Amino acid sequence: MSFLPKPKLHHPKLPVNELGFTRRDYEGAISTLCAGCGHDSISAAIIQACWELSIEPHRVAKMSGIGCSSKTPDYFLGASHGFNSVHGRMPSVLTGANLANRELLYLGVSGDGDSASIGFGQFAHSIRRAVNMTYIVENNGVYGLTKGQFSATSDKGSKAKKGNVNTDEAIDLAGIALQLGATYVARSFSGDKAQLVPLIKGALRHPGPAFIDCISPCVAFNNHEGSTKSYDFVREHNEAMNQLDVILGRETITADYAPGEVREVTQHDGSILRLRKLHEEYDPTDRVAAMHHLHERKAAGEIVTGLLFIDPDPQDLHEHLGTVELPLNRLNDAALVPGAAALEKINAALR
Amino acid sequence: MPRNVINDFVVKFANVNGSGSASANQLFAKSILRMGIPIASRNIFPSNIQGLPTWFEVRVSGEGHLGRRGGVDLMVAMNPQTWDRDIAEIDAGGYLLYDSTRPMPASRFRDDIQVIGIPLTQICNASTTDARQRQLLKNIMYVGALSALLGIEPEVIEQLLAEQYKGKEKLAKPNRDAFHRGRDWALKNLQCPLSLQLQRADAVGDRIYVEGNAAAALGAVYGGATVCAWYPITPSTSLAEAFERHCRRFRTDPDTGKKRYAIVQAEDELASIGVVIGAAWNGARAFTATSGPGISLMQEFVGLAYFAEIPAVIFDVQRAGPSTGMPTRTQQSDLLSAAYASHGDTKHVVLLPEDPRECFDFGASSFDLADRLQTPVFVLLDLDIGMNDWLCEPFAWDDSRRMDRGKVMTAEELEAGKTFGRYLDMDGDGIPFRTYPGTHPQKGAFFTRGTSRDRFAKYTEVGAAYVDNMQRLLKKFDTAKRLVPHPVERHASQPTRTGVIYYGSSSAAMKEALSALEADGIHLDALRIRAFPFHDDVLDFIARHDRVFVVEQNRDAQLRSLIMTEGNVDPARLIPILHYDGTPITARFIRAAIADRASAMQVVPIGAAAE
Repeated sequence: MSFLPKPKLHHPKLPVNELGFTRRDYEGAISTLCAGCGHDSISAAIIQACWELSIEPHRVAKMSGIGCSSKTPDYFLGASHGFNSVHGRMPSVLTGANLANRELLYLGVSGDGDSASIGFGQFAHSIRRAVNMTYIVENNGVYGLTKGQFSATSDKGSKAKKGNVNTDEAIDLAGIALQLGATYVARSFSGDKAQLVPLIKGALRHPGPAFIDCISPCVAFNNHEGSTKSYDFVREHNEAMNQLDVILGRETITADYAPGEVREVTQHDGSILRLRKLHEEYDPTDRVAAMHHLHERKAAGEIVTGLLFIDPDPQDLHEHLGTVELPLNRLNDAALVPGAAALEKINAALR
Repeated sequence: MPRNVINDFVVKFANVNGSGSASANQLFAKSILRMGIPIASRNIFPSNIQGLPTWFEVRVSGEGHLGRRGGVDLMVAMNPQTWDRDIAEIDAGGYLLYDSTRPMPASRFRDDIQVIGIPLTQICNASTTDARQRQLLKNIMYVGALSALLGIEPEVIEQLLAEQYKGKEKLAKPNRDAFHRGRDWALKNLQCPLSLQLQRADAVGDRIYVEGNAAAALGAVYGGATVCAWYPITPSTSLAEAFERHCRRFRTDPDTGKKRYAIVQAEDELASIGVVIGAAWNGARAFTATSGPGISLMQEFVGLAYFAEIPAVIFDVQRAGPSTGMPTRTQQSDLLSAAYASHGDTKHVVLLPEDPRECFDFGASSFDLADRLQTPVFVLLDLDIGMNDWLCEPFAWDDSRRMDRGKVMTAEELEAGKTFGRYLDMDGDGIPFRTYPGTHPQKGAFFTRGTSRDRFAKYTEVGAAYVDNMQRLLKKFDTAKRLVPHPVERHASQPTRTGVIYYGSSSAAMKEALSALEADGIHLDALRIRAFPFHDDVLDFIARHDRVFVVEQNRDAQLRSLIMTEGNVDPARLIPILHYDGTPITARFIRAAIADRASAMQVVPIGAAAE
C-alpha cells in the first residue's frame, strides 16, 4: 500500500486517448489494500481498459458490495459515481441503477465472499435477469477483511494459513454464470495483465450480462503453500484457452495469423473480439461445450482461463421488459402523470 | 314479527374459497351503493386458493358508518363446512338464508333465528347442465333472492351486469336470467320483504368504492414512480399487480408500445429494496410493496439508505405476524419496526393513511417526500384498508402539480462553480444536494457509502465527522416534521380534558365510536395522526389533555411507545386501547373499552392519578 498521495502533475508526454485523457485521468483514490494485493492489479487493469476504450469516466457507475474487493471502486475512475452498498447485495443495487438509466456503463465489483456466499442468490439472479453490466469477482478464496476464513470458492482440500483444510466443495462462479445465461463469461488472473485487460475491455463493450471471475491472490491470508489461490499455484495451473484482442471497428488489423489460428466475433456495436486460439478445439460460442470443458479441465486440476463464452448478439433486461429508449430517470411529468381527466374516468368506474 | 330495520344491518356470506362467489357478492355490495346507501364491506379469507372457507361481510349503514360493526343480521350460509359456527354467529332474531336442496335436520338450526330455505342447487340444476356454470350462477341466484328479500331494485342489478359484461351479451344473459330466477322464486315462495330493508337514499354522493392497494398503486403512478421491485407476499401483492395494470394503461408509449416503467419481481425482499435503492440513487422514482416479514428482511438496506441518504418508498400492507402467522388477517403491528428500521441510530418517515383516498394521496406524495428528504419513506397500509373495497372520497389531482425532485444539482450549476458537498448542509434544513450519476464530466461525482465520510463524501473514520453527520440527520428529521401530513383534530361538542389518538384503518370505527360515546356522555377530543415524525400539534394535543386514549391494532401499544419515546410523554397519561385478534377493530369494541376505562377513571378526581 502506498502512503504518499500521488501528485496531480504528470509527465507531459504521457500518452492520451481519443478523449485527450491520460491513464491518470482514470485513477481514483489511493488504495488502502495490502502491498502486492491482486485486487490492485485488477484496478490497474480496469483503468487501462477504460483508458484504451476511451470511455468517458463519468458515464460509468461503479457498484460494489462489502469486502476488500468492494473497497476497490474508490481506487479507480475517480470521476465516476460509485456505490459501496451492502454485503452481497451489489447485484440488486446495480440492477436498479441500470433500470433507472440504461445509458450508463455499469461496472460491478465483488468478491468471492460477497458473490459466492452471502450474495450467491443476488449474483445468480442478476445474471439470469440479463442485466447489462460488467460483473467482476475478485476471487481470492478467502475472507481477507476478517482475517483468513475460507470462502465458498476455496477449493476442497485447500489449506488455510493457519493449517486447517477446507472440506467443503468449491463454487465455480464462471460455471454458474454459464449455466444461468451470462452472455460473456471469462476467467482470468490478476497476475496476467496482458490477458485481463482485453477481457475487461470485451466485457465493457458487451451489451449484456458479462461476468469475469478473476483469481486474485490474497497476499496476507491466502498466498501460502497448500493454497490453490496463491500466485505460484495459479501460475502453475493456469490453462489459457485463448488470447483476446478487442478491436474497435476503425482499427486496422496489423498482425498476421496463420489460418485457423484466429477466430473473430463481431459484437452488436461493431466491435470485434479477436481470439487467438491457444486450444485448437475450443469454441467459445458453444455454451454447453464450454460448461463441459470447464468441468473436465477442473477435474484434471487445471484452472481454465480466457474468454470462455461469448454470445455476440445478446439481449438484456431492458429488452426483456420493453422499456422506452429514454432513460427512466429523465422522464418528466408529462410522460409519467396521467392527469386529472384520466383520474375522473377512474373515479367514474369505481361508483 | 320484528320491527322493520331500514338501511342498517349486516349481511354475511359464508362461501367456499374458489367457488366464484366473489363477483356475486361484489354485485350485491355495489347494487346497494347504487341505491345511494353507504356500505362497508370486508373479505375474511384464509391463506388458501381453493377449498377453505371464506366470508364476505356487508355492513349496510344509512348513517355512513364504515367500520366493521360486529354481529350478523342475515347469514347467507353457502358453506356446509362452517355451518355450525355460521349459525352460531347470527344475532338473536336474525335471519339465515341457506340452500335447502338437501334437507337439514332441525337440530342443526337455532330456535331464535328465522330460517329461509331456498333450493338453490335444485333450481340451478334445472336450468343448466354445465357444472362450472351451475356453481357460478347459483351465486347470482342468491343475489336475485336477496334482491326480493331486502328490496334491491332489479334495474340496478341489470345495469351493473350490463356494465360488467359490456359487449359480451353471451355472458350477460345467463347472469341476468339466473338473477331473475332467484328473484322470482323468492317473490313467489317467500314473504318479501324481510324486516331488514333497503330504501333508496342519497347518502353516497360522489364517493368511490375501491381497495387501498389499488389506490396506493395509482398514487405511485401519479407520483411518478418508474421502477417497482417486489416479492409476492399477502396482503401486498395486489398493490404491485395494480401498479402494473395502471401502468399498462397509462404508461405505454402510444407510438412505440414501449414502457415508461420497469417492474421486477425480485428473488426476495432484500433484492427488491436493493433494486429500489439502486434506481433511486440513479434518479428514478422507485418503490417496493411488502408486508411485515418483508420489512424484517429489508432492515439492513433501509439503514444504508438512511445513512447514504437515498430516497425509497416502501408500501407496507400490514398483517398479523410472523411469517407463519396469520397472513390474511389485519393488524397495525409494524409501526415500530418501520419507524426505527435497521441497525445503528436510524428513524424513518412513516405515513399512515386512513382509507383508499389517503392511500392515493400519500402514495403520490411519498415520492416527493422521499426525494425532498433523500430518505426512505414508509407508507403503512394494513390488510383491512389494502384488500377491502372502501367507500371514500373520489381521487383528485391538480394538473398544475409537478414532481418535487428535491435538491439535485445540475450540470449547469456545477459548471457555474456552485459548491457541491454531497453531505454539506447549504440551507440549514439538514438536507444536502445530490447529483445523479453521469451528470458532469469533471464535477459532482462522489463515492456513496454508509457513514465514514465527511461533508464532501471523502473517506474518514474521524469521530467528529461522524457526529457532525448524525446531528445533521437529526436536523433533517426535524425538517421532515413540517413536510409530512399534519394530524387532524376533531373537537368534542363540550370542553373536555380527555382525548383520544388513533390512526390508519381504526379511523372509521373511531368516528362511529366517538358519536356513540358522546351519546353515552363521554366527551373526547380526537386526534388522528397521519405521519411520523410527529408534528408539534401531536405533543400539543397531549399537553392540552390530562388523559389520552391511544387506540391501535396491536398488542404492544406501538404508537403509544413511539409517542412516549419521541415526545418524552409520561406513560401514565397515555392509556392504551388495543385490539389485535386479526379482525378489523370495531366501534363496539372501542366504545366498550373506552367507556370501561372512563368509568374507572371517574373514581379518581381528574388530575390526581397522574402523580
